[in-house]
Amino acid sequence: MNALIWIIGGLIAMLGAAWVFRLGAQKATNNKPYFRDLPLGVAFGYVFAAVALTFSVWYFFQPRAVEGVPQAGVIFFRWAVIGILGFAAASWVFRTVFRTIGTEGSKKLFRSMPLTAAFGIMMIIIYAFVSIFAGLIAPYGQEEILGAANVVAGGDPALGGDPEFPLGTDQIGRDILSRLIYGAQNTVGIAFVTTCLAFLLGGTLGFLAAVLGGWLDQLLSRMVDALMAIPSLIFSLLLMTIATAWAGSEAWLVTIYMIFIIAVIDSTRVFRLSRAVGQSIVVMDYIEAAKLRGEGLGYLIFREILPNALAPLLAEFGLRFCFVFLTIASLSFLGVGIQPPKADWGTMVRDLSQFINFASFAPNVAVTPLLAAGAIALLTVAVNFVVDWMLHKSSGLKE
Amino acid sequence: MSDLLLKIRDLKIEGRSDETWNPIINGIDVDLKKGEVLGMIGESGAGKSTVGLASMGYTRDGVRISNGSVVFDGVDLVTASAAVKRDLLGKRIAYVAQSAAASFNPAHKLIDQHSEGPVQHGVSSRTDSEQDGMELYRRLRLPNPDEIGFRYPHQVSGGQLQRAMTAMAMACRPDLIIFDEPTTALDVTTQIEVLASIRDIVEQFDTAAIYITHDLAVVAQMADKIKVLLKGDEVEEADTRTMLSSPKEEYTKSLWAVRSFERPAKPAINVKATPVVSIHNVTAAYGTVDVLHDVSFDIHAGRTVAVVGESGSGKSTTARCITGLLPPRIGHIEFDGQQLPLDYKKRDKSQLRQAQMIYQMADTALNPRKSIGETIGRPVEFYMGLTGKEKRKRVDELLAEIELEPTEYFHRLPSELSGGQKQRIGIARALAAEPKFIICDEVTSALDQLVAEGILRLLAKLQDELGLSYMFITHDLATVRSIADEVVVMKDGSVVEQGPKLDMFQPPHHPYTDLLLSSVPEMDPDWLTNLLQERGVDNIGDAAVDKM
Repeated sequence: MNALIWIIGGLIAMLGAAWVFRLGAQKATNNKPYFRDLPLGVAFGYVFAAVALTFSVWYFFQPRAVEGVPQAGVIFFRWAVIGILGFAAASWVFRTVFRTIGTEGSKKLFRSMPLTAAFGIMMIIIYAFVSIFAGLIAPYGQEEILGAANVVAGGDPALGGDPEFPLGTDQIGRDILSRLIYGAQNTVGIAFVTTCLAFLLGGTLGFLAAVLGGWLDQLLSRMVDALMAIPSLIFSLLLMTIATAWAGSEAWLVTIYMIFIIAVIDSTRVFRLSRAVGQSIVVMDYIEAAKLRGEGLGYLIFREILPNALAPLLAEFGLRFCFVFLTIASLSFLGVGIQPPKADWGTMVRDLSQFINFASFAPNVAVTPLLAAGAIALLTVAVNFVVDWMLHKSSGLKE
Repeated sequence: MSDLLLKIRDLKIEGRSDETWNPIINGIDVDLKKGEVLGMIGESGAGKSTVGLASMGYTRDGVRISNGSVVFDGVDLVTASAAVKRDLLGKRIAYVAQSAAASFNPAHKLIDQHSEGPVQHGVSSRTDSEQDGMELYRRLRLPNPDEIGFRYPHQVSGGQLQRAMTAMAMACRPDLIIFDEPTTALDVTTQIEVLASIRDIVEQFDTAAIYITHDLAVVAQMADKIKVLLKGDEVEEADTRTMLSSPKEEYTKSLWAVRSFERPAKPAINVKATPVVSIHNVTAAYGTVDVLHDVSFDIHAGRTVAVVGESGSGKSTTARCITGLLPPRIGHIEFDGQQLPLDYKKRDKSQLRQAQMIYQMADTALNPRKSIGETIGRPVEFYMGLTGKEKRKRVDELLAEIELEPTEYFHRLPSELSGGQKQRIGIARALAAEPKFIICDEVTSALDQLVAEGILRLLAKLQDELGLSYMFITHDLATVRSIADEVVVMKDGSVVEQGPKLDMFQPPHHPYTDLLLSSVPEMDPDWLTNLLQERGVDNIGDAAVDKM
């Protein structure tokens, strides 16, 4: 109850401050149109932003430990702020570098690029690099058991760390850094293959349905409707359980089955999109001209329709990749995805999840499961930034 | 000077593109007295609509007024606060958009949208404004004025919607109305009715108006004075009669001269010769509804047959029957005396090659992701089997033929071309197949008059050089006059009248042909007045069509 009074009081105070701010600005700038027509809500937004910023700065500089007890809230907040600022700075440097080197076209591209997109591209390059060269980068093997278990991250011996294992080891003594790196290869690689498969299947059938229409369109669309009616995670869980039973002791077969199952389930979304995009392109006069010229189905789909559907399809590819990637992580978390001892981020989060309980008194211990979760989150955010930027670009070009 | 209602001084407007502000309007002055109508004409991109909107103190997103003042009745709208503008707009200044169909909210009834303004501005109560709305509908000669307001926008026709929108603009009895191409999207017979009603009601209420259009003949009927714009600059301004009789500037003269292009008549057709295309008793249906009834006509070698009619008369459907996209239910198509398979899928490559098509909207007719070279090169490769250097050579020839510089345009995308250039590419693609016969579907109706004239001259030149036959679908009788040899008039899916052009433009006419011909606005500023006197308001436009 007390907190509620504080919140309401604070909001009223900020509203008052906003009104004073607007009045002051009108007087100070001699009624400039911007301040004259400024709605109170917007002024409130400015005041709110100022208050939030002040609070963040104040909180950032709070002591990290009071009488030997670590203040977990402050520590995690500092990590988050440093992380965000660090990534922003890195992507700024990345963008600046590519504005000066490279071809004329790429320079122009980077010059008009927002910082978020630069961040996304940088992260995707890093992830791709890491997953391709995982074997060379990782200090240890992904299945290697190295003796000391539960080494704390940070590498500080006073806190139970070991400089040999900068991010610590898991419960059976495998190096977490190496497993994160191999995890990129397994999780990202499999997600990429699965997404490509889903697009091949869904895209081809979707365009086919759009061009031919009629009973084929009806048949395919109703099948897709039926598939989409089943909650996708539960459906894939069910199918994976069956697949695991079929595969028996062959662990690699489970991975193959998983790729196909997720690809088929996700291709339904791709089908819907490419059918809708295709239908709006099929009615164009240039398609009619091509039909009247006597062109075949393949030419129509791949030479006339596909180039025009590329922008929305690429955007969907980015999003779909994230979803596939999260589905794989979820399935692995639930124990039916990528099979141990192969490293995988979803499995890592599950295996290390109980350490999250240490968060309030030992932040360095609690960070272990967050590393894998953070790796998933970063890639998802990065891909979405790039997708947003591409969508914006393609819609802007149509003007 | 106190009777000046709107005074625009040195108005400069900029638009944002490629991270910089580029000028759109470079300093324009407008003076408008109470009750005066200013016609504003120019090509697309001249900045007519931008000036029109700016005279309400409004700009579109990404556009700003960088300089000058727009003084409406003593208030500068450029610097006025949002509250002041809110009070003026809708109440004392109103706007009528080009496409009423796109501007009405489809979810509300007409009368509800009509009374929204007056109620918001506190001009009148809801019941009063509804009563007034019906009165306005009556004055605008809408059918069933007491009931039409209770319909939704999709339940009335385009011309009626445009008049309902004019009524809506009139709802608060504004001092100034901006008409932004209100009749451009309408058929001639509908247009004339809307024009008559707009002129009538503007006179009745002594409203000042800015009438934006690209059609000179229309503006001649409506305006007291005319301002010509070109690329954001004023070319000249004068009162309507002076402007029409003695334009000063070269550009204005060239605009006036457009309508003079006319091909000499060709000798009579040899009756025994086999026509290139012959349409025999074609009846076609969409679903179970017949949209074409027993259509027959011939197209001879080297001739242009213009198919004329209003929207929905079956012109384009006839074209779809010829190309085989819509196989006729009864009847057949002959090409050089040979009967063609009805469905285009059953025709072979050489049959498809012989009949090509040019489309109305060049924007949708060219694949936006393909370069000009690819677009024109494809039929060359597909039909002629040319590849590599030979193909390039042929494409260059074709580009030269449509008067575009090959090296400059070969690698361009359609988005890097103007409307007229795109239409030329459409022509080149059709020529690439080396056909005998080309269907031109409203190829000039989306273009500015000067550009359209260029396209017509090009088509005429190509016909003379290559001996092509055209089927020229259009609703514009001025185009027919300039290019056709024979004319086919269609109405409701049937051929009403057909014959050589000279006969068609001479009386006696079929009553429908007569109505079409009489509805085409002429440059004479007294034309509409005379026509109304001659025929009476009930015998023009759609009302007359309905009587037939």
